Amino acid sequence: MSITSDGIVNGLPCIRNGQVVPIQDVPILAIAEFREAVISSVEAGARINALFAKPSQNNLFRIVAVLANDSMGTLSILFSEKIGDAYQSLTPECPQAHGFEREIAEQSRIIPQGHPWLKPIRFASTNGLEHPTKNPPIEQRALPGMTDYFQVQGEEVHEVGVGPVHAGIIEPGHFRFQCHGEHVFHLEISLGYQHRGIERALVGGPGKRTIHFMETLAGDTTIGHTTAYCEIVESLTECKVGVRAQILRSLALELERLANHVGDLGALASDVGFLPTASYCGRIRGDFLNMTAVLCGSRFGRSFMRPGGVQFDLEPRHITDLSNRLSKALHDAKTAIDLLWDSSSVMARFESTGTVTRTVCEDLGLVGLPARATGLPRDVRHAFPSGSYRFFHIPLCTWDTGDVFARAYVRWLEIQHSVQFVQELLKALPAGPVGTAVEVDSLAPNAIVVSLVEGWRGEICHVAITDPQGKFERYKIVDPSFHNWMGLALALRGQQISDFPLCNKSFNLSYCGHDL
Amino acid sequence: MSIWLLVHPTLAFLAAPLLPGIINRTKAYFAGRDGQPLLQTYFDLAKLFRKGAVYSRTTTWLFRAGPILSLGAALMAVVLMPLGELPTVWSFQGDFILLVYLLAVGRFFTVMAALDTGSSFEGMGASREMQFSMLAEPVLLVGLAALARGTGCLTLSDIAANISWQAWSQYGEGLILIVVALMAVFLVENARIPIDDPNTHLELTMIHEVMVLDHGGPDLAYILYGSALKLWTLSVLLVNIMIPIHTDLLLLNVVVSLLGVLCWAVVVGVIESTMARLALIRIPQFLVGAGALSVLALILIKK
Repeated sequence: MSITSDGIVNGLPCIRNGQVVPIQDVPILAIAEFREAVISSVEAGARINALFAKPSQNNLFRIVAVLANDSMGTLSILFSEKIGDAYQSLTPECPQAHGFEREIAEQSRIIPQGHPWLKPIRFASTNGLEHPTKNPPIEQRALPGMTDYFQVQGEEVHEVGVGPVHAGIIEPGHFRFQCHGEHVFHLEISLGYQHRGIERALVGGPGKRTIHFMETLAGDTTIGHTTAYCEIVESLTECKVGVRAQILRSLALELERLANHVGDLGALASDVGFLPTASYCGRIRGDFLNMTAVLCGSRFGRSFMRPGGVQFDLEPRHITDLSNRLSKALHDAKTAIDLLWDSSSVMARFESTGTVTRTVCEDLGLVGLPARATGLPRDVRHAFPSGSYRFFHIPLCTWDTGDVFARAYVRWLEIQHSVQFVQELLKALPAGPVGTAVEVDSLAPNAIVVSLVEGWRGEICHVAITDPQGKFERYKIVDPSFHNWMGLALALRGQQISDFPLCNKSFNLSYCGHDL
Repeated sequence: MSIWLLVHPTLAFLAAPLLPGIINRTKAYFAGRDGQPLLQTYFDLAKLFRKGAVYSRTTTWLFRAGPILSLGAALMAVVLMPLGELPTVWSFQGDFILLVYLLAVGRFFTVMAALDTGSSFEGMGASREMQFSMLAEPVLLVGLAALARGTGCLTLSDIAANISWQAWSQYGEGLILIVVALMAVFLVENARIPIDDPNTHLELTMIHEVMVLDHGGPDLAYILYGSALKLWTLSVLLVNIMIPIHTDLLLLNVVVSLLGVLCWAVVVGVIESTMARLALIRIPQFLVGAGALSVLALILIKK
């Protein structure tokens, strides 16, 4: 890795999380150089945050790459030259581009030549292709799940298809297993049932509906996605958010993390039939959701975040109330969750199940919890802090076995640290306004901005490109699930098919966050 | 023919659906919940009997016959099983072997009905059920043979009548091994944790539940009632060994044995509440272990 004094990493200019860059300052590379730059940066330790096509004139597109360098805390943005209908795929040399390139093919009708797995990813359009601004007629769209699945041939090899309708109350997704008895050779995950065309709907925004799209991108990550969106708008309007509002935002983000982590640990316990933890965690999850309701009246954080700050202030009596509730909930959670680690029958199920190695994790560019569970220090709150995370630090939690246990245990570590962090924030809450007016109609024109937020699943990446009128020309959303679904598919290789629900729950990825 | 002959079958037919209720309430207590009513299984049965059934066009008569034949096998098993000193309606030399085969027949038709649907889930459940029962059946058979050897009797009634506190003092170590082995069989046959999870909604992890997914209405009621009867029969078998009460008062004996069955349901609830499920790949080891215990019991026990 080469670093020069003017902030050049691997020969690319660097920016910070939330920094606005005028479009004309973004380096434009010929497609071969673009390809080379992305591949060599990734080889040097960078990650692909986002890779997408941005429409240009005459049905031509530019490929946009956003690369993150975790150790430096810097981001790089690259544009390719205008391309028409094909380019040479990055995926063979850089597997983490795999999902993004399928998305590019589907959204923009550009074929990544040599892509080893070029199938529809969301089944959103004609021939598996979707134009970012045009909605194909519904009868011409590909049907979700109708594709050529990878097949294993041989005597006694059989296929098990699960979904898209599942037995539990979860979202739709199709899972195709190639099995030999109970042994899984390969799992293929086919999503797209939840595709709502959000990215397309955001073009020309922001408008009145934009914030509501953000709140429902992934219903359990409302705070995470709205934080990313608000930071984008605030950067583009040069709005300074008050410290009190920033702290309240972090509070809400951590409460969201706490509720989901506790719920997941309960669900993991219930998947192995371990009753006590399952039931108590279900209740304690509700306790954390109710704390979010204290903040804003909604258990899932709806209507809390708005560009410029937050819509609801915390009264002094609520601060004491929250602090007491937190201590009590943590105490209850500790009692319930310690039972997991103390029960040999539970540990026998968790340990060495669904292992993702560190190498696989690096190759696929996994983010968030599954990455930290392999020992990789990937946490936006550390590497790319924004808001109050720049002033208050939260310890980074990792474990290095990469199995179901690691993903469960990292959750428990994060629960403890988050509670401590929130207590600290509650003590430090300064006086001040919680919101400032933002003119969402006057965004900086011809600019690009990247916002990263560590949601409870992992890194949420929003990229906005504005047109000359200061409207969104392209708004790219990358939910952590988009990176991580492939991690789940690989975690299942060589496992027992009966362990799939357990592995799935240990990742607990979002279907609608992926499908958008 | 004494009226006593009919006491146990009547009790079993009426009270068997109470056992799942007790197990569920025990589990609810451990989970900090109130839980469903004790009589929930009765309510479910009443509800299901009022419903119609839906049959897939791909299924044949086997699918419809499965639940009825399985229930028939469970009913016969109840009739064969004595409760303590209460004699059975029907008894003959070697009837314990028939008990093992009645359980097998019930399972066979459940499995056939499951395969008849052509669903990959049901096929997977059927394959698991057969794999595990193949290992559980010898455990039961050898365990019963060890009891027969210990008591010197070849009918279930005589075996139950001859297991006494004296027998426990003579070959208690063998009886302990048999009880542990039969407990393992009990958990497998009744699809309880740590082998199977009767409450799970995850088809991929199911063994027994997944085979009956396509049944509804009265068919499902037969299945539920049949599994309650199986739960009762095997509980009584265990209680007969664990609480061999032979006082002069027959009524007292019967009441104590009944209480024993209800307490056993509580114990099952406690086991389910404090353990996670075994990984499927470990279940054969669990059953082979139980098999080793029952073989050891057969060697140890001498009249």
